[in-house]
Amino acid sequence: MSAQQHARPAPVGGSMFTATTLVCGILMAITATIIVVRLFFGLSSTTNVNDGYSWGIWVVVDVFIGSALACGGFCMALLVYVFNKGKYHPLVRPALLGSLFGYTFAGAAITFDLGRWWNFWHIFWPGYFNVNSVMFEVAACITLYIIVMWIEFSPVFLEKLGLRDARRKLEKSLFFFIALGCVLPMMHQASLGTMLVVMGDQVHPLWQTPIQPLIYLLSAIMLGYGVILFESCVAASAYRRQIELSLLNPMAKVMLGIIALFLVVRFTDVAVRGALPEAFRASHIALTFWVENLCLVATFLLIGTVEARRNPARLFLAGITVMLSGILLRLNGFLIAFDTGPGWSYFPSVPELLVTIGIFAAEVFGYIYITRRFPVLPREETHAQPAHS
Amino acid sequence: MNTPVRKARAVPDGRRRFLKGCLGTVGAAVAAATASDRAAARETYQRPADALGLLYDATLCIGCKACVAACKRANDNPPEFSTTDKLWDTPLDTSGYTFNIIKMYRSGTMATKDDEENGYAFMKTSCMHCADPSCVSACPVTAMTKDATTGIVAYDPEACVGCRYCVVACPFGIPKYQYDSPTGQIGKCELCRHRYKDGHYSACAEVCPTGATLYGRTSDLLVEAKRRLALKPGSVTTYPRGNLSGGPDQSYEGKVGNYKQHVYGETEYGGTQVLKLSAVDFEKVGMPYLPPKSSASTSETIQHTLYGGLLMPFAVLGALTYVAKRNVHHEDDEAPPAEPPGREES
Repeated sequence: MSAQQHARPAPVGGSMFTATTLVCGILMAITATIIVVRLFFGLSSTTNVNDGYSWGIWVVVDVFIGSALACGGFCMALLVYVFNKGKYHPLVRPALLGSLFGYTFAGAAITFDLGRWWNFWHIFWPGYFNVNSVMFEVAACITLYIIVMWIEFSPVFLEKLGLRDARRKLEKSLFFFIALGCVLPMMHQASLGTMLVVMGDQVHPLWQTPIQPLIYLLSAIMLGYGVILFESCVAASAYRRQIELSLLNPMAKVMLGIIALFLVVRFTDVAVRGALPEAFRASHIALTFWVENLCLVATFLLIGTVEARRNPARLFLAGITVMLSGILLRLNGFLIAFDTGPGWSYFPSVPELLVTIGIFAAEVFGYIYITRRFPVLPREETHAQPAHS
Repeated sequence: MNTPVRKARAVPDGRRRFLKGCLGTVGAAVAAATASDRAAARETYQRPADALGLLYDATLCIGCKACVAACKRANDNPPEFSTTDKLWDTPLDTSGYTFNIIKMYRSGTMATKDDEENGYAFMKTSCMHCADPSCVSACPVTAMTKDATTGIVAYDPEACVGCRYCVVACPFGIPKYQYDSPTGQIGKCELCRHRYKDGHYSACAEVCPTGATLYGRTSDLLVEAKRRLALKPGSVTTYPRGNLSGGPDQSYEGKVGNYKQHVYGETEYGGTQVLKLSAVDFEKVGMPYLPPKSSASTSETIQHTLYGGLLMPFAVLGALTYVAKRNVHHEDDEAPPAEPPGREES
């Protein structure tokens, strides 16, 4: 068999009881306990959120950053099904799985941050919902997308269960869900940026702009590819598998193109609005702005050449710098460069941090469980040739 | 999403198709955006003609905090303590349980009232009842509403999901949440709309001994504010108290303050229904600079341009569905594709 051929997905197999799953299990149990306390005694019993910073890490990290880091699925679908780059097909299922868990847990996480969660259904109820609200668009879109992703991923379960007829029927209409699964995340990832607009001057001028949707959309797409680099390297090392270098190399090039576009848009916007001098003040705001954007420049230094992109360590680091930049863009806009007036401060409490960590642990646990038991990752051929031969 | 793709063709074809995909999607998006653009631009709302509000004149305020106590009583809110003896209601800011508070500006020796240097001044903090409120625009479930007649920005806990976007969105930091309760609500001034049926009006204005807080139609209050700004500082004039637009005459004679020539709330974010006069710079007493264009109008213009009538999402969805249908190939379970896909060097 040639290495260029699509390797069919297969379960990785192996035991679910490992050091990693045990740690994840403990973190998940702690998270569950803290959530129970929060539900009985209110938000201040477990979190440091206050009226100056009413959105803490449960919103900004778990949902805004968590969902952006889960953009790998739709980014791969765009590449494979829309731009017809079939060779990337082996990366689709693992990427979609990452997205599925990222979004499902982001959706679960927002529920217990809601102060009046039992009214959550109002978001979908005509007569309650407000189409002018950016939050309405985001909430409705994310919920719909989670459902669409489970449909997109369901062939994996049907395959495992041997329900071939059901699978074939589903696949006849799958192209529609694939398209929907691209439009929905583009909509709400853009809107996550628009969320900042109504906050006006409370958001520092380096992060407050009417072209917010474009910036957040581009950022989400480059994050999607960055996360795939990261995930592929981690999965390969954890399961002692080959890294799909022949795929990651050209995909990383696509990512660099998006990053270049992002940087041009970002700096043009800052300059046109006259906010550039703010970036040259001696302040922590200017510092975090430069860290955010120099991370992207570092990506070019790491994997700017075809040669460099053949180095797994460099691809891995590039994935991390892109993720760091995307994380910082959101942290800066919603927390670090958000100033609601004098006298307010926020730093997450220990239980708050533990819940955020626990949610990421749940995602890791879910990823391990599904890849070990269900056909997601490409089947390893023991005598496969090196991928880039 | 297991279906593999129809095998890619030779390089030039693949590239052409890639570009076609890009162009088709962008084209559909641009066409839809242009179509929805005309309907989308959303102007900043102005106050309703009979909008109700308050006029707070900081030069008349003596800091007695009768309004703070009256507000607590009128809204049935519990006391909040900031001293160790916990004898008095001593909130330091508005909160989920305190909708109105008088704050103090201090400078240097604090010798004279209403002096920016070595002086002190008071400022009322409560909902401004914006003409174009950020909280109403932000709320996903219409729990924050603006009355079409009175313009009062009201809150309905039965509708609220507790997302606290209103808390984050408000430029004045007014909607506040009750974090210590498992069933916490948003708390904010609703201009005592629940007391109107008993012939009452805003409790803070009802009890104010100096008329520093005056209730009435905002149009009347604006005329009164401008009258004061036109007077000579130090001269004597008549100050109404209580309800400016009706109610018994409770006016008295007092000295005219050294006003900044600015009615705060006349134009900020399209105007607010609560207006303020001060002798100390407004930003120094905690009232932020706000442009005449509301951030809600900017936000809604963006939303309606992108999603108005769902035109653009459906256009993009249509284009992507078409492309995806061509590119998704139904795979037979047993037979993995035999041909190697075309290779494209990076």
